[in-house]
Amino acid sequence: MNQENILQPHRTGLRSWLTADVPTSRAQARASAWYHGWLEFKTNRLALLGLCILIALVLIAIFAPLLSPHDPLAQQLSNRLQPLGSPGHILGTDSLGRDILSRMIYGSRITFYIVGLVVLIAPVAGLLVGTVAGYVGGWADTILMRITDIFLAFPRLVLALAFVAALGAGIENAVLAIALTAWPPYARIARAETLTIRSSDYISAVKLQGAGAFRIITRHIWPLCIASLIVRITLDMAGIILAAAGLGFLGLGARPPSPEWGAMIAEGRRFILDHWWVATMPGLAIFTVSLAFNLLGDGLRDLLDPKSHGK
Amino acid sequence: MSANSNRHTASNADPGSQSGNAIEIADLSVWFGHGADRVDAVKSASFVLPRGASFGLVGESGSGKSTILRALTGLVKSWQGTMLVNGETLGRKRGKDFYRQVQMVFQDPYASLHPRHSVDQVLSETLSLHKFGDINDRVEKLLTDVGLGPQYRFRYPHQLSGGQRQRVAIARALAPSPSILLLDEPTSALDVSVQAEILNLLTDLREEQNLTYLMVSHNLAVVGHLCEQIAVMQNGEIVEILPVEDMRQLKSSHHYTQHLLEASMGYKST
Repeated sequence: MNQENILQPHRTGLRSWLTADVPTSRAQARASAWYHGWLEFKTNRLALLGLCILIALVLIAIFAPLLSPHDPLAQQLSNRLQPLGSPGHILGTDSLGRDILSRMIYGSRITFYIVGLVVLIAPVAGLLVGTVAGYVGGWADTILMRITDIFLAFPRLVLALAFVAALGAGIENAVLAIALTAWPPYARIARAETLTIRSSDYISAVKLQGAGAFRIITRHIWPLCIASLIVRITLDMAGIILAAAGLGFLGLGARPPSPEWGAMIAEGRRFILDHWWVATMPGLAIFTVSLAFNLLGDGLRDLLDPKSHGK
Repeated sequence: MSANSNRHTASNADPGSQSGNAIEIADLSVWFGHGADRVDAVKSASFVLPRGASFGLVGESGSGKSTILRALTGLVKSWQGTMLVNGETLGRKRGKDFYRQVQMVFQDPYASLHPRHSVDQVLSETLSLHKFGDINDRVEKLLTDVGLGPQYRFRYPHQLSGGQRQRVAIARALAPSPSILLLDEPTSALDVSVQAEILNLLTDLREEQNLTYLMVSHNLAVVGHLCEQIAVMQNGEIVEILPVEDMRQLKSSHHYTQHLLEASMGYKST
């Protein structure tokens, strides 16, 4: 208790609480670790830019009904293929007279829906398979990694095509198809990380406390694998968005009226020479999100990579 | 037998034990790999540690000292022979009962603590694995026992020095209140001044908690400070077991021991 009294005067504000040299509670220690991470992240301007773009896009997706000037599905054939900057339609209209800006704003919802679902499925599956294979070893490793190899050997888009063809076109099936083709690299990374971790002294030490495999994998190995997985996810995100757009472009993702960006490009393709903006605007949106994820991923790699943390 | 009757403190001692020996190892062989790749790391080693004793295993690197500890704790599975802890024969698997009696401190404190777990997490997890109640008080007591104040409780390993990390590792080993502590070169990764601190801590702890030490080291000075008896190992075999007094007076019967002692003296005098 004495110790607390000595420490009290130092706590003058939130910042000093966060940067305290001697954390006095579990929560403070954790908050302080996060705060130091944020301070380090802040110095990377490009990563910060990526994060800002993504936050802005998430806000746009959330407040789409408030932000979009028109109904994204409202057709007005008399007003079709208006150029950029026409009155009421800043980004013009498409072949059915729908406002492109509104469609892009609503399309961000679909994009984040796809990204969110894939992130919930692929890395989790990869982490499970990879850490179990790496930690248990032996025949479990052989079986799990050969299955991974089989999935890796398929070209991503072709397997996704086959899936969608079998299950029917639609956003959910596209997501499932992408997730099923996206997990093997995560499994590989997780397994490689696990192999380096499992023979380390701190794993031996917790084994000597009688900890079982389940606890060791979830409490000791996962926290160390997750950092590199997060980095990999953000870097892969661009590819996932492009794959979803590609499926949409091929007509196997989102169904026609829905304003998915890839489907919008596919639609604009027919007029690309005379009315370039119809395909270009959603293309720019895809480009921006992919770039933002890549920038963020680079920043997170610098921050989270355990190997760069020896300092 | 007499040792047993004198020592009545060990509360977690196995009631079936008759001999009063903490560790008995007989004809222990440990190997790695199969077939042509097989390496025999330990070849029929035998020694006995009475309760409360402090025993040192010395020898050059690769002589199989640490391997004996790893086989004893079950980290290495490929062994043959007989091992008894507190009178109980060890099988292939070690249960929690075993880990409540035997704990180990690792060589490198930079590698033996989880980089993402705070001191608090490390100790509380250990305590909860052994089903202790009042974890909060126990964590504070453990930290005080190893000479770290409660201010270190919520720090992460990268916020600690090598000596402090090793103290945390010792606290973790002491958490289940074991009767036997295996020390795998506990000071070799530390500065000389810190080495002395850790050795003094280990000496004090042994007195306070009536621990049995089995220590591995290549540093004869460290072993001389902490142990009463040493076993000299060469190429996986124990070539000689002698009291530490004899070691100090360079009285050894085996030529390799003589060689080892002279080498360490020669090093000291230069």
